[in-house]
Amino acid sequence: MTATSAVKPPLLEVEDLRVHFETDDGTVRAVDGISYTLERGQTLGIVGESGSGKSVSSLTVMGLTRSRNARISGSVRFDGKELLSASDDEIRSIRGDDVAMIFQDPLSSLHPFYKVGWQIAEAVRAHREVSKAQAWDRAVEMLGLVGMPEPRRRADSYPHEFSGGMRQRAMIAMALANDPKLLIADEPTTALDVTVQAQILELIERLQREFDTAVVVITHDLGVVAEMADEIAVMYAGRIVERASADTIFTAPQHPYTWGLLSSIPRLDTPRDEQLVPIPGRPPSLIQLPTGCSFHPRCPYVQEAHRRIDPQLQPVAGERDHVVACLLEQDVRRRLWRELQSGAAPSAAREDVIEGDAA
Amino acid sequence: MSAEPIMRVRDLEKHFPIRGGVLQRQVGTVRAVDGVSFDVPRGETLGLVGESGCGKSTTARLLLRLLEPTAGSIDFDGREIARLGGRDLKHLRREMQMIFQDPFSSLNPRKTVGSIISDPFAIHGLHTGKGERREAVQDLMDRVGLNPEHYNRYPHQFSGGQRQRIGVARAIALRPKLIVADEPVSALDVSIQAQVLNLLRELQRDLGLTLIFIAHDLSVVRHMCDRIAVMYLGRIYELATSEQLYAHPRMPYTGALMSAVPVPNPRLAASKRRQVLAGDVPSPSNPPPGCRFHTRCWKAQQICRTESPELTVKEGGNLAACHFPLSDAEVLERVPTARGVKD
Repeated sequence: MTATSAVKPPLLEVEDLRVHFETDDGTVRAVDGISYTLERGQTLGIVGESGSGKSVSSLTVMGLTRSRNARISGSVRFDGKELLSASDDEIRSIRGDDVAMIFQDPLSSLHPFYKVGWQIAEAVRAHREVSKAQAWDRAVEMLGLVGMPEPRRRADSYPHEFSGGMRQRAMIAMALANDPKLLIADEPTTALDVTVQAQILELIERLQREFDTAVVVITHDLGVVAEMADEIAVMYAGRIVERASADTIFTAPQHPYTWGLLSSIPRLDTPRDEQLVPIPGRPPSLIQLPTGCSFHPRCPYVQEAHRRIDPQLQPVAGERDHVVACLLEQDVRRRLWRELQSGAAPSAAREDVIEGDAA
Repeated sequence: MSAEPIMRVRDLEKHFPIRGGVLQRQVGTVRAVDGVSFDVPRGETLGLVGESGCGKSTTARLLLRLLEPTAGSIDFDGREIARLGGRDLKHLRREMQMIFQDPFSSLNPRKTVGSIISDPFAIHGLHTGKGERREAVQDLMDRVGLNPEHYNRYPHQFSGGQRQRIGVARAIALRPKLIVADEPVSALDVSIQAQVLNLLRELQRDLGLTLIFIAHDLSVVRHMCDRIAVMYLGRIYELATSEQLYAHPRMPYTGALMSAVPVPNPRLAASKRRQVLAGDVPSPSNPPPGCRFHTRCWKAQQICRTESPELTVKEGGNLAACHFPLSDAEVLERVPTARGVKD
């Protein structure tokens, strides 16, 4: 691969990652060729709906999709080291140490029979030569760091004695116990009240500032990525369909799916009676993807050619670090987005595009 | 205040006993709903918001009389329903219905969609002819955007959004006057969520329904509701129209809830000072004295610890129970979206 001499490689480089699962019903193309890089201290947001492959791609980075029916190809380099070809032992030494993950459901990630402090201490002892007492102290320290009241007493409790927000914080404490360089957060706040969500987001941001941790946050909540991410990748049917800075994704998005996501959520910064414009239909089956552009059956601007040609991620001319996989002309996309923002319904715009197509 | 209220709730309480020990003696009381009063104007949507455990779902179940209140009165369409039982209660069920959160567990997997939607007819002996009943069900399916030909399919053959439509069809089958929707879209993907929200609004308009809407997503609540009640530990602490509440929340708790909502707008998000509430909600079996929010409130003073505030009209017209309501300046600093919604 590329020689890395003086220049430090990016912290995480994912290149043409594919994860396919063989099932009785056929091949599930959960991740179908995605690429991104992440620098130290940066936050990447991955947004998409259920079944877009956003979780599987990150589980694969953690080496958690290795199974007999999984076909994984491409490349995942962490700190310059290839992870996909690494042995299980090598992966295990990185996972929980340099790379940590927090999940949506803290209850299923904490063992019900062991005290919370013990579980965090074990995560420390798995990677560090420390005594039990030192590991326990570290667990208490971490619980305090994530804002747990009375950490010493809480370390001595079982997960069922915690509220949802406290469990989430305990899991974050465990993930961060070894000062990871990369934190993957899969729907870290989805099951929580907004007040607890705010506490958790604040906590991740603070820890990120202090330890220069890079974060990949996976969520369907556009508000959460707007608050956390520097860069956002929008996934649909196993692929990244648009990637840009957070600001660009919200102010000048170029993919009709991104437009659909943005106009289907009610938001506090627009007038209350604004009409929601849902995306018609539903996400496709990953076993039988549509031909051509996989978004074409739901796209209001579909043209005949889009059913045959599979769009590739292309840079948007005149913009830095903005790529999009859409077959519409760039001028047309710019115009459509302006019209949508001024309140045009996608259906009206659609006729326009189709007329233009015919002409 | 616009229309005549269809429902008047006064001093509603629901206390659950906590039992312990070998003899299962009562050792405490969970005050899930602890003195709640409000009106629901006919044809409007009332939102109930608050953190988990604030009593919003219990309140909804009391209004539908799925639970028996410990105390208080519920006047529904001119009739006192807090103490109804037996046949009267069954009759009442025709007039109020519920849409549940989880479209996967609220539909019987062994029944066809047709029979799920026609159950209300069977229970109340309506549309007794077989052909007639089928026709009525297919009308309903069409109305909520399901293909009427899928009458004989089972719930597992439908997606989450379609299942929620089945739940909606079942709820409107008897032409109820009031529907309670408890987190109806929180289990759905964003693109599907908008479809169901639009359907609910359309049905409400066309059928003149009154809706009580519970959700934890404050953006969704604002979009759907005319009037919103903010609950904390079994009590209502603020009650206002959607416009008032989002433009100038007066209760610090409401302000904190709104400040916590992530805004899908990176520039606004960067400009705000997120008001983070420390700690968790105290236990409803032993609520703090005085204002129940004082343990987490940054404006709390001595009086808040001893005297429980009453709901009174505050600046801007909000009803709020607070000794030291938020000023406009305090709101703007924490809730940048308040600027945009001043209309």
